[in-house]
Amino acid sequence: MSLTLAAGALRQTDYWWTVFKRTWKGGVISSFVSPLFYVVAMGVLLGGFIEGDPAKLEGATSYLAFIVPGLVAAHAMQIAVGETTYPVMGALKWHKTYYSMIATPLEPRHLVAANLMFVLFRLATACGVFMLVLAPFGVFESWWGPFLAFGSQLLVGMAFATLVYGFSTRLYSEQGFGVLFRLGVLPLTLFSGAFFPITNLGPVLEWVARLTPLWHGVNLSRMFCLDTVDWSTAAINVAVLVVVIVVGWFWSVSGLEKRLDDR
Amino acid sequence: MIRARGLRKSFGEFEAVKGIDVDVRRGEAFGFLGPNGAGKSSTMRMIASVSPISGGSLEILGMDPATDGPAIRGRLGVCPQEDTLDNELNVRDNLYIYGRYFGIPKGEVNSRVDELLEFVSLTEKSRSKVEDLSGGMKRRLTIARSLVNNPDLLLLDEPTTGLDPQARHVLWDQLFRLKQAGVTLVITTHYMDEAEQLCDRLVVMDKGLIAAEGSPRQLIEEHSTREVAELRFAITDETNPHEAIAGKIEDLGRLEVLPDRILVYSPDGEEVIAKVHERGLDPIAVLVRRSTLEDVFLKLTGRTLVD
Repeated sequence: MSLTLAAGALRQTDYWWTVFKRTWKGGVISSFVSPLFYVVAMGVLLGGFIEGDPAKLEGATSYLAFIVPGLVAAHAMQIAVGETTYPVMGALKWHKTYYSMIATPLEPRHLVAANLMFVLFRLATACGVFMLVLAPFGVFESWWGPFLAFGSQLLVGMAFATLVYGFSTRLYSEQGFGVLFRLGVLPLTLFSGAFFPITNLGPVLEWVARLTPLWHGVNLSRMFCLDTVDWSTAAINVAVLVVVIVVGWFWSVSGLEKRLDDR
Repeated sequence: MIRARGLRKSFGEFEAVKGIDVDVRRGEAFGFLGPNGAGKSSTMRMIASVSPISGGSLEILGMDPATDGPAIRGRLGVCPQEDTLDNELNVRDNLYIYGRYFGIPKGEVNSRVDELLEFVSLTEKSRSKVEDLSGGMKRRLTIARSLVNNPDLLLLDEPTTGLDPQARHVLWDQLFRLKQAGVTLVITTHYMDEAEQLCDRLVVMDKGLIAAEGSPRQLIEEHSTREVAELRFAITDETNPHEAIAGKIEDLGRLEVLPDRILVYSPDGEEVIAKVHERGLDPIAVLVRRSTLEDVFLKLTGRTLVD
């Protein structure tokens, strides 16, 4: 009899707790300090030169209010990618911890589930604290919006976590991560609507941007923060991210199963 | 405990295990011997129920790994070839966390960890980081980890590779004690002395097939002679004299001509030496020794290097 997904994942709680205990200090810097630098530099200082015209900034009354929801969503993506690249390769190639784990009643899908739960926890703490810190800046237009924005940040984070996890299980050299960061994460961060409205990209590139998972997260996060929700667009955004997560889950599990039976 | 019939494992085009029959009985120590690439580790991974079989049948503890993998693994201990310890954790946490994967309650794991640290003589190191341990200590810790669930069947993949003689003997002693306690051991090794020390029965694997099977003593009797005479002759010029000399003594037993010496397999090595001298040959060094499992192994798997 196979363990249920939840039971298998729960058996790894002690392991992930020790991982958290040894990594949380580094996590504080990458999760809170770095993004705060971005907010101050881009939102406050650079934003000081930009006219806060709601017609041009998707309804935001200041550049700070425009950029903050997108930054948090992009930040969620970066945390997810960070947690599912080198750590996954480490568990497969350098420390081989996954190999010792599957010698127990645990199965690859349990490992994926526990690892992704840890990523979700990292996303929740990082985005949650970030949103709390931003509250006094007057960038949220309703009391309930930030909560839904927070949920959409978790969604976009998990979409990337599952996609990149599956990618990492299929990668044999860490050099592939360089390509992923340069040709994936960086362009997405810059051109998926976090820093400027994607209408500025021109009609073709705007549609390219709309096809990226990050844009769906940025758009959701921004609509909820600025209280400019178009519910039909929001439904599409959520649906896309959920589909990516579901597909990413199967992609991750099949990748790990195959990798752990490789010679 | 283990029953395999026509067991196969392929990786794409490459066939690592080409159809083997194996039976391991409760309480025995069973060995898989073979050069690199013989298919030992692939076989072990199938027995460990982490690698699906590609053909034939396999039964572990009376169960089918394809459907009862988690239940089988719950009763197995696995000591892999490479250390898969968590270097960032201390010695104790490595065992504790591993025990939790089996769903063992916290209190029970804790007392089990104390017993195991005592068993592998690592109690004093329980708070040390794994990366600060010596190779022998890491191996002992890996063995302790593989015992955390009180396994019925313990799989050891090259357990003493890379260890110094002292550490090997300590480990052998611990494995022997486990065997006395009724744990069934399955060991892969390419150390013949280890196989002779530990295994009741073994198979020699070569190129994915079983080349021979039996107890160490049976294998020596079947595939070698009681004694081996080793003869070394002076090399006076560029030509190797051993080939020419071999022609003169080929009736004395099975010969193996190596670049530096001639091995004569015979029931009586002293008699071989006497006859060599009678024929006017004058080796610069002679050695008579008992046949070992290594002679059997080299006969069955050849002397060519396998990388």
